[in-house]
Amino acid sequence: MSETTNTAASPSDHIENQELPDSGYLLLAIETSCDETSVAVVRNGREVLSNIISSQIDTHRQFGGVVPEIASRKHVESMTLIIEEALREAQVELPDIDGIAVTQGPGLIGALLVGVVAAKSLAMALDVPLIGTHHIAGHIYANHLVGDILYPAIALVVSGGHTEIVLLESEGKFRMIGRTRDDAVGEAYDKVARALRFPYPGGPYVDRLAQEATEEVVLPRSWLEPDSYDFSFSGLKSAVLAEINRSRMKGETPEFSALARGFQQSVIDVVTGKAIKAAKEFGARQMLLCGGVAANKGLRTKLTELCAEVGLPLLIPPNKLCTDNAAMIAAAADMKWRRKQFSSLDLKAEAVMSLEEWSV
Amino acid sequence: MMQGKQTDGDSTIYVRVAGTVEDTVAFAEELARLAGPGSVLALDGDLGAGKTRFAQAFAAAIGVKGIVNSPTYTIIKEYEGDKLPFYHMDVYRLSLEEADELGLDEYFHGQGVTLVEWASLIEPILPPERLHIRLETTGAESRRIYCRPVGSEYAGWCERLKLDKSDGEGESTT
Repeated sequence: MSETTNTAASPSDHIENQELPDSGYLLLAIETSCDETSVAVVRNGREVLSNIISSQIDTHRQFGGVVPEIASRKHVESMTLIIEEALREAQVELPDIDGIAVTQGPGLIGALLVGVVAAKSLAMALDVPLIGTHHIAGHIYANHLVGDILYPAIALVVSGGHTEIVLLESEGKFRMIGRTRDDAVGEAYDKVARALRFPYPGGPYVDRLAQEATEEVVLPRSWLEPDSYDFSFSGLKSAVLAEINRSRMKGETPEFSALARGFQQSVIDVVTGKAIKAAKEFGARQMLLCGGVAANKGLRTKLTELCAEVGLPLLIPPNKLCTDNAAMIAAAADMKWRRKQFSSLDLKAEAVMSLEEWSV
Repeated sequence: MMQGKQTDGDSTIYVRVAGTVEDTVAFAEELARLAGPGSVLALDGDLGAGKTRFAQAFAAAIGVKGIVNSPTYTIIKEYEGDKLPFYHMDVYRLSLEEADELGLDEYFHGQGVTLVEWASLIEPILPPERLHIRLETTGAESRRIYCRPVGSEYAGWCERLKLDKSDGEGESTT
């Protein structure tokens, strides 16, 4: 598909020999923790020059929708192409790159390996520092690409694979104070969507249906223990299924939109309620929303309202920086870059990786 | 007949009735005592049947500390148990071809025990010996747990677990 896969950048693309302003360092970041292959070039840790994501490139092909790149082979096929595309869009060449950032974990090991090997090869060939980066730190620091972060801050991470409340006492100091005990929010949405007969992944359909609903089937809230910031969504999922079954037994058609609304309200109440409670308890000066589910309209609206009520500034990155992408990895790696906390070339991909231990 | 389906050999289906969540948890614990390196549990059941709950109980019983949550999004999660590593998979969103490309064999034949949720979706690439478990919802908490061993080792497990033989109803023959 690409006409050339030379690893050496061809200077012929650049007619003008544009020199970078000397006040900038460039990080090239690679993210391959799950479905996406993504490469970004970011200046000074905050200015995104390019942020290429494989699924967006794939849309012009004849697949009809997102092609999961779960298999390592797919990442391998995309990698060189996407590195070239990221450099071209940023209008830089490989020798201009000052450091390489890469998602080290957590994630699918085979997928992570591809990014890690590419990153190590680049770091070695260019003789520049390598920074192994935590995927969730990336999601959180996507916020640093859109605004300044005030500490202490509470980050609410909501995605297909993660639902976590993280306290940032200062820059790069992570403390995990809550996490899901079963399904992540995104999974809960997708599973309820399955029950409501939407195709996978159906989270966005449920969001839309909930927005349009005129009625609501009130469903239980899962607050767990009073002092816990953990989450559990499997009971709520069961409640939705039970409601559907109950309607069917009575020969009625389940009220899908009212159920979607009830489910969404329950999730949002608990997630935002716990985030606000954490912000109060830890004296947060800012709330950070991040992860793919940050695109959920109901969630954004409610969290915006609640933060306004208590006078807490809220940052939410644009959708492209909420889903898995490499620019966010550069943003997180930048904290280590400025502190010269580099990784060695024997860096290993980690399927399971602690966020707290990754702190600066 | 020399050539047969993988399900041939021992097609007996066993059943355990669990009246409460505790009963299901206890069954997962009994299974955990039999598991060793390379054990493969192929788990099925409808949405909300308790597959992840079952996996959590099993993981706890082989000494996995901390939270074992759903692997739906990441497909595979690996844990270190006191007794064995635990590989927790959910193949719901994979096609057979994608699953094949993932190289799951390395887990199946690895040092740990593998539990695959929605395993029937990838039955052709499951290892030749495994224990199929299907959770059927019979009430809010009650479940009928069907076990279908493939291979002599797992047939042995079912005997040792003193499971009842099922008339086969409810267990699909896919």
